[in-house]
Amino acid sequence: MIRTIQRSGTAFAAVVLALLAAPAHAESGWHLLNMPVGVTELSKKIYGLHMMIFWWCVAIGIVVFGWMIWAIVAFRKSKGAVANTAMVHSTKAEIIWTLIPVAILVAMAVPSARVLIDIEDARNTELTIKVTAYQWKWQYQYLGTDVAYFSTLAHESNSARELQSGIDPATVPNYLLDVDNPLVVPAGVKVRLLVTAQDVIHSWWVPEFGMKKDAIPGLVNEMWFKVDADKTGRYRGQCAELCGRDHGFMPIVVDVMSREDFDAWLTARKAAVKQAAAAPSTSATIS
Amino acid sequence: MATHAHTDAVHDDHDHKPHGWRRWVFSTNHKDIGTMYLVFACTMFFVGGTMALIIRAELFEPGLQFVDPQFFNSMTAMHALVMIFGAIMPAWVGLANWLIPMQIGAPDMALPRLNNLSFWILPFAFMLLLGTLFVPGGAPAGGWTMYPPLALQAGDSFPMMIFAIHLMGASSILGAINVVVTVMNMRAPGMNLLKMPLFVWTWLITAYLLVAVMPVLAGAVTMLLTDHYFGTSFFAASGGGDPVMFQHIFWFFGHPEVYIMILPAFGVVSEIIPTFSRKPLFGYESMVYATAAIGFLSFIVWAHHMFTVGMPLAGQLFFMLATMLISVPTGVKIFNWCATMTRGSLTFEPPMLFALAFLFLFTIGGFSGLMLAIVPADFQYQDSYFVVAHFHYVLVPGSLFAIVGAVYYWLPKWVGRMYDQKLAKVHFWLSAIFVNVLFFPQHFLGLAGMPRRIPDYATQFADWNMVSSIGAFGFGFSQLLLPYIIIKCVKSGAPAPARAWDSAHGLEWELPSPAPFHSWETPPSAAVIARGAEH
Repeated sequence: MIRTIQRSGTAFAAVVLALLAAPAHAESGWHLLNMPVGVTELSKKIYGLHMMIFWWCVAIGIVVFGWMIWAIVAFRKSKGAVANTAMVHSTKAEIIWTLIPVAILVAMAVPSARVLIDIEDARNTELTIKVTAYQWKWQYQYLGTDVAYFSTLAHESNSARELQSGIDPATVPNYLLDVDNPLVVPAGVKVRLLVTAQDVIHSWWVPEFGMKKDAIPGLVNEMWFKVDADKTGRYRGQCAELCGRDHGFMPIVVDVMSREDFDAWLTARKAAVKQAAAAPSTSATIS
Repeated sequence: MATHAHTDAVHDDHDHKPHGWRRWVFSTNHKDIGTMYLVFACTMFFVGGTMALIIRAELFEPGLQFVDPQFFNSMTAMHALVMIFGAIMPAWVGLANWLIPMQIGAPDMALPRLNNLSFWILPFAFMLLLGTLFVPGGAPAGGWTMYPPLALQAGDSFPMMIFAIHLMGASSILGAINVVVTVMNMRAPGMNLLKMPLFVWTWLITAYLLVAVMPVLAGAVTMLLTDHYFGTSFFAASGGGDPVMFQHIFWFFGHPEVYIMILPAFGVVSEIIPTFSRKPLFGYESMVYATAAIGFLSFIVWAHHMFTVGMPLAGQLFFMLATMLISVPTGVKIFNWCATMTRGSLTFEPPMLFALAFLFLFTIGGFSGLMLAIVPADFQYQDSYFVVAHFHYVLVPGSLFAIVGAVYYWLPKWVGRMYDQKLAKVHFWLSAIFVNVLFFPQHFLGLAGMPRRIPDYATQFADWNMVSSIGAFGFGFSQLLLPYIIIKCVKSGAPAPARAWDSAHGLEWELPSPAPFHSWETPPSAAVIARGAEH
């Protein structure tokens, strides 16, 4: 009897532990409430703008919601409030609450326009990469070299994302945000992306870079970013424009390396391309 | 006396009203057609709501548990089409039918047979649209925005969707023409334009927007159709066309469409708040001008839906500034409603509760709208859950709450009985709480980087998605109270007086409850109009 209780007790403890452990695998998301500051020159400006408008909205909200709550609390019939039916119009008040919002809008628009002008200034870029979107993968071509490759959803995520796969996404590292071949860029360098698509419209978005740009078949869009020199690392994003069945399964991963590491990487890739190009012809001569 | 009038009205009914199915199928009566519109909208609301719950069930946890991604995409596209064209818009046309003749002192709508036609097109349009769920290739899965080239990758559903949209468009145009003609020609003598209730004003402007933009949508989808079947390449770059042009044309329709769904809500709130504040609407004329300004601005802001397609700097700046400008007339409205409540004598019956929730939550949607107007920040927000949160805040606690508030406000007038106000308050509190549990976390998800229209997500988005899904089920199931309360009211509500709310103004409250079959067979007298027009 006691043994059964002990046994069921152990089983219960095991279940509880399993339940506690399962979510513990995955990173908790409760703290993710705001836009990332990001790691590029532009992402910080964009974050700054976002916070500026947010605080303006909070300030306006305090006034407007304060007024609403005050009216609801102070003028209740149950508290004996008597309506002042003569209060129907005030040109002065109406001019004030038209002009003040206009002034606030100007205060918002000026810095926004400045940042926008910076964003559109794609001069003096040092490295250009052509990004071509396909259903459902990305292709990266380093212009001026023969280095070009596809980047698709990593195998582990791909197995787990099947309908009723039986694989717990929490056990997959970077579920749905991992690829086989990440884009590699140097830190501290102004990188230009030429974004286009082969089939339908996609959108290239890495939140830490502050920007997204639509990839449109038949058109080439331009965007740029300059990751801070000390912010090397791996950054993740996703396709942001509905592009069919596997829209949710074409992530973007960017490896940001120091300039030296990047140069070494690019040299190695170039050599690999040369070798691959040479390989078939050699084998042809032998046979 | 009141009882006598009541029996007279019933007697009238027997004289003029056809019976059985003929009464509805051949109806030319604005009230019966209005009822059919509202019943249709309510049905579609639950159809679209079921689709939303399928979406939220799949998004409850990471991983794919229930549906294939293709079907998930069909659900997002169909949920939007059904809710916009099947629930919100027909609900507004239904309310316009019921209220406009009563509010302007007319016996009926100006074009009653057209009215019948515009309603009866809708069930066929939705048979076509919902029928796509059963055809090879499944329902449309390219989003309700139908962007090519993706929209062209569809099976047999493609022409069905396009013809359904043509039918809905035709229905909306006919309905809108009827509203314009009625308001312009059927007003009682002495009811000049600036005496009209704001609901009539907002609908008049909405009707002009509808007539202006529904043909644009029809043109856009027809071009899609010929691109697909007849070898044209309006939107195919390989044939010299431009996929972005579709987005420009679509949103030239799409942005006024947003205001088509919200302007009548402004009208409803402008009727409810004065009644329960026991005070005339503050700044009536500025309300009218603000509505007209919003209607005008709605035509010059469309490209803010597509800032990431790559536009010239000047274009981006123009659309940013024009969009920000909309917050000025919208702000005027919010301030006027606040001023209406100030120094009033407030009570909190169900219609007032819904109007107040509208005031608070629509303002939140307005704030996120202002944030979205800022182009650089929009480069982050665009196509993320932040956008989903934004437009659901303006459409659910915005348009939908105003529609529900309108039903609770005028229901006693329509059926002559009062509904269970306690239960309606329960409906309100459940709706108001769950709508925030449902949509507020979506702001966080979008800012943290979750794109919209994805069936599965990275694990860091799991927590807030679960909260959102719980809110969705709570909100969805609490809406079942609405038809229950209405049916209970129709069957066994206590009789309601002609002026169901003690300080309600407007010509509709001068008619007996329930309102007679033919609203104003003789125009109201100047004295009645003067009493009714104390806004």
